[in-house]
Amino acid sequence: MESRDGAVPIGKKKEKKRSFRKWKTSMKKDMPFLIMCIPTIIFFLIFAYLPMPGIYVAFTNFNYNGGIFGSPFVGLDNLKFITLSGKLGGLIRNTVLYNLAFLVTSHVIQITIAILLNEVRNKKFRKLSQSFLILPNFISYVLVGLFGFAIFNSTNGILNAVLERFGNEGVQVYSNPGVWPFILVFVNLWKGAGYGSIVYFAALMGMDREMLEAAQVDGASTIQRIRYITLPSLKPTMIILILLSIGGILRGNFDLFYNMVGSSNVILHNSTDVLETYIFRAMTNNFQFSTAAAVSFVQSIFGFILVLTTNTIVKKVEPDYALF
Amino acid sequence: MKKNKKIKEDLSGRMIRIAGYLFISFLALSCLLPFLIMVASSFETEKVLVLEGYHLIPQKFTTYAYEVILQGNSEIVGSYVVTILLTVTGTGIGLFITAMTGYVLQRPDFQRRNKVSLFLFFTTLFSGGLVPFYLLMTRYLHLKNNYLAVLLPALISAWNIIMMKNFIRTSIPHSVSEAAEIDGASPFVTFIRLIFPMSKPALATIGLFIALGYWNEWYNSMLFLDSSVEFRPLQLLLYNLINRAEYLKNSLAGKNIQVQDLPLETVKMATAVLATGPIVMAYPLVQKYFISGITVGSVKG
Repeated sequence: MESRDGAVPIGKKKEKKRSFRKWKTSMKKDMPFLIMCIPTIIFFLIFAYLPMPGIYVAFTNFNYNGGIFGSPFVGLDNLKFITLSGKLGGLIRNTVLYNLAFLVTSHVIQITIAILLNEVRNKKFRKLSQSFLILPNFISYVLVGLFGFAIFNSTNGILNAVLERFGNEGVQVYSNPGVWPFILVFVNLWKGAGYGSIVYFAALMGMDREMLEAAQVDGASTIQRIRYITLPSLKPTMIILILLSIGGILRGNFDLFYNMVGSSNVILHNSTDVLETYIFRAMTNNFQFSTAAAVSFVQSIFGFILVLTTNTIVKKVEPDYALF
Repeated sequence: MKKNKKIKEDLSGRMIRIAGYLFISFLALSCLLPFLIMVASSFETEKVLVLEGYHLIPQKFTTYAYEVILQGNSEIVGSYVVTILLTVTGTGIGLFITAMTGYVLQRPDFQRRNKVSLFLFFTTLFSGGLVPFYLLMTRYLHLKNNYLAVLLPALISAWNIIMMKNFIRTSIPHSVSEAAEIDGASPFVTFIRLIFPMSKPALATIGLFIALGYWNEWYNSMLFLDSSVEFRPLQLLLYNLINRAEYLKNSLAGKNIQVQDLPLETVKMATAVLATGPIVMAYPLVQKYFISGITVGSVKG
């Protein structure tokens, strides 16, 4: 365009040329680095960026033969359907509430474990207990689901065996939606507490030793020491971890829910269905690609807005803690 | 310091310490217990398991479940081969790319590093969701029933790259690269010859993360591999077995067949032992790296 346009002032032209040359030299310098990034860039282009326009499915009446852009456009019909049927509200409520419960319980227990581990002075005990605590983090959720079934099933489950041993009546866990929030919170703790407590424990290791010694010399009790030195030193770690989780508060842990509850246990869905499990079932069991995509669309957009908002607020209040 | 400890051992401190021992022992045991029960149940007879429930020590010891799994044209051997191949190739390729990108992104003389970082980081904030991803894989890339559908999506993750970047930045000074490049080495050669061997602890940790991801992978396998695939990855095999056994049991229940004769429950447990065994075995060897990895890599990018 520029070259054809004779009316451009000479000064501007020169400037353009100079900035282009600057770009060229910086590009030349960056070239070897960019080449080394190519595999990663291609990977994310294909598996992360290429699917993004596919969100358009949420606005079509999708059929597999037509493909993403060959299916008829229906506007906001899918979004209207999931909103008016009340499905979306319930799913969002479940997802957010579960994530909040996970967030609070797991950080409380992780911090407790880290602080207690720090007080326990026997190094062997520390090491051994840490390796047991982190064991659940190494296994797949499929196995977690199997453990869950072994504990909670009503024919030969461990829970009922224990209850009956103490003269109580057995319970039908798999047909009782009310107990599942507790079970899922518990299982989530079991799987993740060890890992999280190590993160916090590491933060404690980096704590200011001199301050602790000074406190001891001044006669601070253990409780005071924990309250005024140990806990505050965990604050930055905690804030960053919580911020990271808030951004993902609309993202359900599919593996946990799907393996613990099972895909076909409809009785439990009211209290255990989260966005991820609904999307998955809508797509794979019922082939409702458009409905699934509509729910997914809402999740992605709101999740994104949520991250940006939290980050903006954090940036204003405490810039050091901002994620980006 | 030692003197102080003796003087200042107050009552609240002792109480907290005792509570710590008790509480943590309790938690550690509750983490270990399911694994012990799993192993014990896999050696139990089906009858005892179904009628009397789970025990910490098998009431009637038998290896029948393992015999059932391993006899004939056993599916599990194929599953092992597939899982091991996926884990080894995935970890090898993924680790190399992750390290290379992490190294480049922490080079202060790479002017576009922030742009590339943003390009990666954005994918953790926003995604197209399951439907477009599924359609891309099946309809456009035609990877249905192809092991590549399991291998490729898990190769690289933005978090691992960020972790790697932090590792290298904090543990290898930039002067190492500068010195090499004054001697005429290109950044790629510097990376291969110097940086890659120097970042062994980081490679061990992140490699472990990636390998664990592949070993425990079942989601993409479930999405993209159906019954026409001969050998399923171990976790998918286990998943199918758990659900297929339920299905079998249900369909047999009304037909007056002795369900107890089929070792469904013990086979599940034995498969779980076989699918998890290698991880638990390798665990003491890699635990050191794992814990240091969580500790050093930390969260912020």
